[in-house]
Amino acid sequence: MANYFDTKKNPRKAYGGLLLILAIALVFPFIAQNFGNSWVRIMDFALLYIMLALGLNVVVGFAGLLDLGYIAFYAIGAYLTALLASPQFAVVLESFVNQYPPIGEALLWVFGPEIAQNGIHLSLWAIVPLAALVAGFFGALLGAPTLKLRGDYLAIVTLGFGEIIRIFMNNLNGPVNITNGPQGINMIDPIRIFGVSLNGEAGSRATVMIGDYAMPSVNAYYFLFLFLCIAIIFISVRLQNSRLGRAFVAIREDEIAAKAMGINTRNVKLLAFAMGASFGGVAGAMFAAFQGFVSPESFSLTESIAVLAMVVLGGMGHIPGVVLGGIILAALPEVLRHVVEPLQKSLFGEVLIDAEVLRQLLYGLAMVLIMLYRPAGLWPSPKSEDRPTTDNDTAKKSTDVVAV
Amino acid sequence: MSEQIILNIAGVSKRFGGLQALSDVNIKIMQGQIYGLIGPNGAGKTTFFNVITGLYQADTGSFELAGKPYSPSAPHKVAKAGIARTFQNIRLFGEMTALENVMIGRHVRTHQGLFGAVFHHKAARREEAEIRQRAMELLEFVGIAQFAERTARNLSYGDQRRLEIARALATDPQLLALDEPAAGMNATEKLGLRDLLVKIKSEGKTILLIEHDVKLMMGLCDRITVLDYGKPIAEGVPAEVQKNPAVIEAYLGGAH
Repeated sequence: MANYFDTKKNPRKAYGGLLLILAIALVFPFIAQNFGNSWVRIMDFALLYIMLALGLNVVVGFAGLLDLGYIAFYAIGAYLTALLASPQFAVVLESFVNQYPPIGEALLWVFGPEIAQNGIHLSLWAIVPLAALVAGFFGALLGAPTLKLRGDYLAIVTLGFGEIIRIFMNNLNGPVNITNGPQGINMIDPIRIFGVSLNGEAGSRATVMIGDYAMPSVNAYYFLFLFLCIAIIFISVRLQNSRLGRAFVAIREDEIAAKAMGINTRNVKLLAFAMGASFGGVAGAMFAAFQGFVSPESFSLTESIAVLAMVVLGGMGHIPGVVLGGIILAALPEVLRHVVEPLQKSLFGEVLIDAEVLRQLLYGLAMVLIMLYRPAGLWPSPKSEDRPTTDNDTAKKSTDVVAV
Repeated sequence: MSEQIILNIAGVSKRFGGLQALSDVNIKIMQGQIYGLIGPNGAGKTTFFNVITGLYQADTGSFELAGKPYSPSAPHKVAKAGIARTFQNIRLFGEMTALENVMIGRHVRTHQGLFGAVFHHKAARREEAEIRQRAMELLEFVGIAQFAERTARNLSYGDQRRLEIARALATDPQLLALDEPAAGMNATEKLGLRDLLVKIKSEGKTILLIEHDVKLMMGLCDRITVLDYGKPIAEGVPAEVQKNPAVIEAYLGGAH
């Protein structure tokens, strides 16, 4: 299995495998929709989590910087979308006018009456790059104070940052109402691509019409998320095999040696934080548009840990592994929710263990087992020694071996 | 051999709290020399190394590389200026392959950023191919090309030393600074290392070498400085230094 995705060593197998997976991914919603929309919806969320896990993988997997506040960037992407693609901005302006009339008037003058009436409604084409940029900026901003920290200390500080962002979202409804506080922001615009709303037009019962072809709204989102996921995977892979990707890994392996080899570790680390955060920002923007609603409770520490678990469980630094981890951990609980209760009903006639309880139980058990038996993750990066084409010249080695 | 001065360090002092680790150390290395720095344990050799490569900040001192002043304020700047070093306790990128380790060495002489990484345009592809080719040549040069795809951690000790030297050479240094490259090696490996250093010298490179093994140093170095308690106690060609009474005292203790 290790070399199935090694395009350099084994191109035919690798591209064949990739095509097969792509085909399955493309066909999946058409088959799943026969069993109701929920399966596709589960996969929609799984794809969002994969984007998050891939972003965190840049920071944790490649650069080795343990980040426990990663969900903050997801939150930033989501809230950015909530502000810039919903009536919320009108509320913000109104709140400014009421609280600080001079600032409010100035803002009104800048934005004009149209925005004051209806808020800002940017399109997907502006939201995605903007979310990536803003989240990336915050990634670098939050990364900057942590540059000298490593390991546990870094984890603690990033955890703090993650909480700070969430608490900001929770409390920025006063003195000026920006985030609507714990109530969250709703009525976020659905995504429109070339005039087609992915939520379906009003009264269409969530059916998207593309020309004459109709598909459920969740399928339309599925394909959008799939596309973004593939783009993020593509960027990750390219990054990994580049000068910068090597610099990330060098910092993970030995920071002092990396410095001595001329790597400006400050800049490279900031770039890693920014890259990872920008993926998270895009995922957050998609989450907001898909849900139509954001509130601070979606961005708790538990979510950060869940994303970290995907990366660690899948295989830190190994992109296919991280994708696998994302799918398993995002989809498994939902699958359980759908399977466990009916199963118990048919077996025992009643529900003995709640799906949510069982989910947490299995989740913890899976974690313990993985860490015990596959500490490098379910699907870790192949060691070069495992690649069959490598010349394992052991005879030469034995002559040089010295007792250390 | 040209008479250009590659490294000219004057008046370096470094104090750690109450300990004067280096006091007024001067060193002048000519182009193409192998310059030795010896001294008993704790004499300040590695501290001196760390100071000139920017890992520690000197309290005083002037630094010149190939006639131009450089400031050892950060390791990556020193590497860029043209001093590449190895470490006393090997510091390789353990999970990367030998080839990738050397490719990291090319980082400081190459430029592709995020854009090139993602879009793989022509210049980026060319640079990547050059990095790979140069790294392969260097592995060949130090004699471990057959282990290019081996994970660095799994190389034998002697080969790890060689890999570290190859990685340092990949930065195209004006001066190659080796911190006890023979530490922990057996006699055969030391001979191999010696041949490698001579080979590097014959390419016109300049080497600054810290070593404990006086025998190895005597035959290899063009000039030697002896440090003791952070002070240079002797400087000259090996034969002179060897006879210097201060050196004999430092190594063997005072006459009793």
